[in-house]
Amino acid sequence: MNGYVTMIIFVVAYLVLAPFVGGLLAGIDRKITARMQGRVGPPILQPFYDVGKLFEKEPITVNKVQDFYVLCFFIFILATGAFFFAGLNLLLVIFTLTIASVFLIVGAFSSNSPYAQVGAERELLQMMAYEPMVLLTAIGFYIFSGSFDVSAIVNLSGMPFFYLIGIFVGFVFILTIKFRKSPFDLSMSHHAHQELVKGLVTEYSGKTLGLIEIAHWYENIFLLGFVFLFFCNGTWWGYLIGVVVCLAAYFLEVLIDNSFARMKWQVAINSAWIVALCLGIGNLFILKFLLMV
Amino acid sequence: MAYVTKSPWVIHYDGSSCNGCDIEVLACLTPMYDVERFGIINTGNPKHADVFLVTGSVNEQNKEVVKQIYEQMPEPKAVVAIGICACNGGIFKECYNVQGGVDTVIPVDCYVPGCAARPEAIIDGVVAGLGVLAAKREAMAKGGSIPAPEAPAEEGKEEA
Repeated sequence: MNGYVTMIIFVVAYLVLAPFVGGLLAGIDRKITARMQGRVGPPILQPFYDVGKLFEKEPITVNKVQDFYVLCFFIFILATGAFFFAGLNLLLVIFTLTIASVFLIVGAFSSNSPYAQVGAERELLQMMAYEPMVLLTAIGFYIFSGSFDVSAIVNLSGMPFFYLIGIFVGFVFILTIKFRKSPFDLSMSHHAHQELVKGLVTEYSGKTLGLIEIAHWYENIFLLGFVFLFFCNGTWWGYLIGVVVCLAAYFLEVLIDNSFARMKWQVAINSAWIVALCLGIGNLFILKFLLMV
Repeated sequence: MAYVTKSPWVIHYDGSSCNGCDIEVLACLTPMYDVERFGIINTGNPKHADVFLVTGSVNEQNKEVVKQIYEQMPEPKAVVAIGICACNGGIFKECYNVQGGVDTVIPVDCYVPGCAARPEAIIDGVVAGLGVLAAKREAMAKGGSIPAPEAPAEEGKEEA
């Protein structure tokens, strides 16, 4: 009974707080980015103004199904995070995330716009690039803890990070793709960058674009939750280290965003798979060996 | 206060400008002027844009393009004509292929004269455009769509 209550509290807290924290992080991102470029930068609350503005705009859609797909994308992203923070199965979480991305891609394809279509194709390639590493992360947690359940992993006595260092580095690597940061922002890019006009979201405007932006904040918080999971050991200082590392990882992604030019999709796939193969699989073998002796 | 005045995203179109005004528009984005302080982002996508910046005069080749970009922008939107060529044709006014300023094709809300217009003047023009955006937003919030602006009078070469 008590377990269900805490589960509900975590899910509600995620659904209510994640957009605020995610939006704030996005604002801090833009401020830090501006300072790195020698500019003053927008106010910290700028992402909220942007989304508020988008919800005030006149609705224009290419076709009716497009909005439906975006709504599905939004709902499935929320479900992904809710499953994760409810402490459910990691595999379920990853597959729900994949479904959410598929809805966004189908929505972009349905518009028939060449920019959105090329963006959607690149998004598929990006999914191919990051998916193996995400699955290896879940497998790593399973071999270490004997369970795919997030609730079981959080309450472990040992810190997974020390046994899964390779997988951690690999996960932070693909985080660049998931956060849509510069070397790999092929399918759609952030604020002032312009790639394929706006790639995946070229044909979305107004409320629909606002929903995608909010979904992106939810997704970012959920991904940082994954980073947090590496440092859980059932004690408060483990949680504290987790939060600090999450913020450090976010800062690292901003730094990478500002120090790299955009690369070709071949580089994204090759590098992500090489990282998954060397760091991910290598780490799994070492972990299995350590657990046997 | 409407959010639209806090995050005006601009799209920039070069009509038949000599590039002088274009360079000044882009100079607004540099660390020297940094318009992102006001939430202004250069989008390059009409569907995401709130303010349409046009430089250079309108000619037979690009009047359809200007119209199309304007029509693809969702309301509330504002148009800022930058440089004397965009305002009324400038020194190209008498050319056989030039139709005149941007206001011969789409309704213009703010005029920023100059050759080339200085970044300070351009920022001032966009800020003046924010007032238009806020007024349009208010009209939308009160219900009822914004009355379609009357089609600009076809004037210029044909009569001459």
